[in-house]
Amino acid sequence: MAEHATQMQVSDEIAITINKMNKWYGTFHVLRDIDLTVNRGERIVICGPSGSGKSTLIRCINALEEHQQGTIEVDGTLLSSDLKNIDKIRSEVGMCFQHFNLFPHLTILENCTLAPIWVRKTPKKEAEETAMHFLEKVKIPDQAMKYPGQLSGGQQQRVAIARSLCMRPRIMLFDEPTSALDPEMIKEVLDTMIELAEEGMTMLCVTHEMGFARQVANRVIFMDAGQIVEQNEPEEFFNNPQSPRTQLFLSQILGH
Amino acid sequence: MSDTHAHSVAFVRTQDVPMAPPPSNAAGPAKWVKDNLFATPLNGLLTLVALYFIYAILSSALPWILGGIWNAPSLAACRDILDGASAACFAVLSERWNQLLFGFQYPDDQYWRPGLAFILLFIAAAPVLFFDLPRKLLAFTAIYPFVAYYLLWGGTIFVPILALVGVAGGFMVYQRLVAGSFAAGFFGGIAAAFVIWIIGGWLIPDDASANAMLPAVPSRYMGGFMLNMMLGVTCVSLSVPIGIALALGRQSSMPLIKWICVIFIEFIRGVPLITLLFVANVMLAYFFPPGSGVDLFLRVVIMITMFSAAYIAEVIRGGLAALPKGQYEAADSLGLDYPQAMRLIILPQALKISIPGIVNVAVGLFKDTTLVSVISMFDLVGMIRGPILASTEWNGVYWELFGFAALLFFIVCYGISQYSQWLERRLATDHR
Repeated sequence: MAEHATQMQVSDEIAITINKMNKWYGTFHVLRDIDLTVNRGERIVICGPSGSGKSTLIRCINALEEHQQGTIEVDGTLLSSDLKNIDKIRSEVGMCFQHFNLFPHLTILENCTLAPIWVRKTPKKEAEETAMHFLEKVKIPDQAMKYPGQLSGGQQQRVAIARSLCMRPRIMLFDEPTSALDPEMIKEVLDTMIELAEEGMTMLCVTHEMGFARQVANRVIFMDAGQIVEQNEPEEFFNNPQSPRTQLFLSQILGH
Repeated sequence: MSDTHAHSVAFVRTQDVPMAPPPSNAAGPAKWVKDNLFATPLNGLLTLVALYFIYAILSSALPWILGGIWNAPSLAACRDILDGASAACFAVLSERWNQLLFGFQYPDDQYWRPGLAFILLFIAAAPVLFFDLPRKLLAFTAIYPFVAYYLLWGGTIFVPILALVGVAGGFMVYQRLVAGSFAAGFFGGIAAAFVIWIIGGWLIPDDASANAMLPAVPSRYMGGFMLNMMLGVTCVSLSVPIGIALALGRQSSMPLIKWICVIFIEFIRGVPLITLLFVANVMLAYFFPPGSGVDLFLRVVIMITMFSAAYIAEVIRGGLAALPKGQYEAADSLGLDYPQAMRLIILPQALKISIPGIVNVAVGLFKDTTLVSVISMFDLVGMIRGPILASTEWNGVYWELFGFAALLFFIVCYGISQYSQWLERRLATDHR
């Protein structure tokens, strides 16, 4: 499986370019001189201690956070304060959150069809068919008429993935998708993500699941104090970390 | 296996033993009484004291109510009939019934008009309040304000038709322009409506009301409980959308809009309603073009609406603040724009949280409509305090009249409160 995953095609086409990006919260310098290029089909895992800015980095990519310096280009669209560009990028980039953020007042099916109907202007029937297709893919088509509050955490996160996929995004961002889940539910979510990776989706995942990183990622990025400290292929990254900070981090999370 | 069993055992019961009834002290009314009324000695004592109070109140109130006189021309006649007995004189209600409901100036032969408007109100409100009803009924809700205006005020039919055409024209312009930007659609729509109204205003001849099918009734003739209902329904239905707009404006990232909303809300909340009503009565005329003669009813509606809109805005702001930030982020990350995110994700949830607060304001507002009696409008309380109690026949009938007023308001307010509880249950999707 791991072999299979790393053999997946990465194209030369560029999906995301981040150039000298800086961000401050007030006077606090959260992200410092981030340079990152992501090719189409790449699966990138971003890890690092808490407060290192990894979530902030991927949230900058779909403009949930505003950056103050540098440029971010997603799929050829430059991220600026122009709302048209922001909306265009957001409809191309799917995102899964730590706390799922499903819409509790809508059924699972409505959660999945809302954005296609209103943003893409897809006819309702077609949107529902697409939604059922993706709900089947994440293996919960029978829950379609329920409300999010009636589902387990793992199921909710899979719905959240399906909801993003219904927009047919070209890039998926995952912000600690398994951190709020009970241990027995982590696997079902990771399996869904692995399946997605095998289909060639461009993915950026902030996660502490190092097994997932080894199996799926073709690049692991280590961040600390707002900087990208080290990035490498998973085998090299885990077996032969270069920076002392990476070594310390890995010994802490893999040591027990 | 069951076969061998049946043959080898002497007796096998084929039916369930019926369940034995529980002992009388473990279920039924006796247990309920023991648990709830006489659980401890103190509990028992309090039960007895409470029973005594209920008896004391009912034993004096019930004969007063049940022995009431319903038919007499005046209080003096009432007392003659009672002949020293203590009982209510409800005759004032039957004798002044129309005045209590419609005021003392509304033409007698036109009472069917407010009556019909009242009945149609239920049909118009139904699809808004009960959203399981077919959506097509909303078409009637949309034209109801114009129908109700025509029924209540009468006069030339061109006025409500012109108003309707203006609103429809404004809405069409809004729909045409809103694709470009919301602001363009919004202000374009308002401008278009005003253009239609002004041009139409020139076209309607001044004496159009002279031979109207429904004779014109001026606003100062409106009164009684009808006036409370008119003010309550108009102001509640206007102040909810304005309150939503103010709450969203207060959260806006555009400083100008934000500060206009903050100043408006804080100013209105800092001023007593009665002051605003005096302003409506006396001062507001200065703000309108000279000679425009804006109706007192309209001025009062503006003031009460502003007042309750400010309160509703704060209630809704609480609902907005209670939503997790993740909901905004999820809506953003899916590419929904601001109006879509608000309309589809944020407001449905925030309004659901705000229902108890909004209903609280609505009930308070409905009761506050009686304050117009201090600026010499003859609403239900104004009618009682003025024309009825001041008349020689009924001077001194306080309990019956104010009890009746309390009952009418209670029925409406209790209805609103029951509706809101039903709505909360109906919208519950969190399955806690």
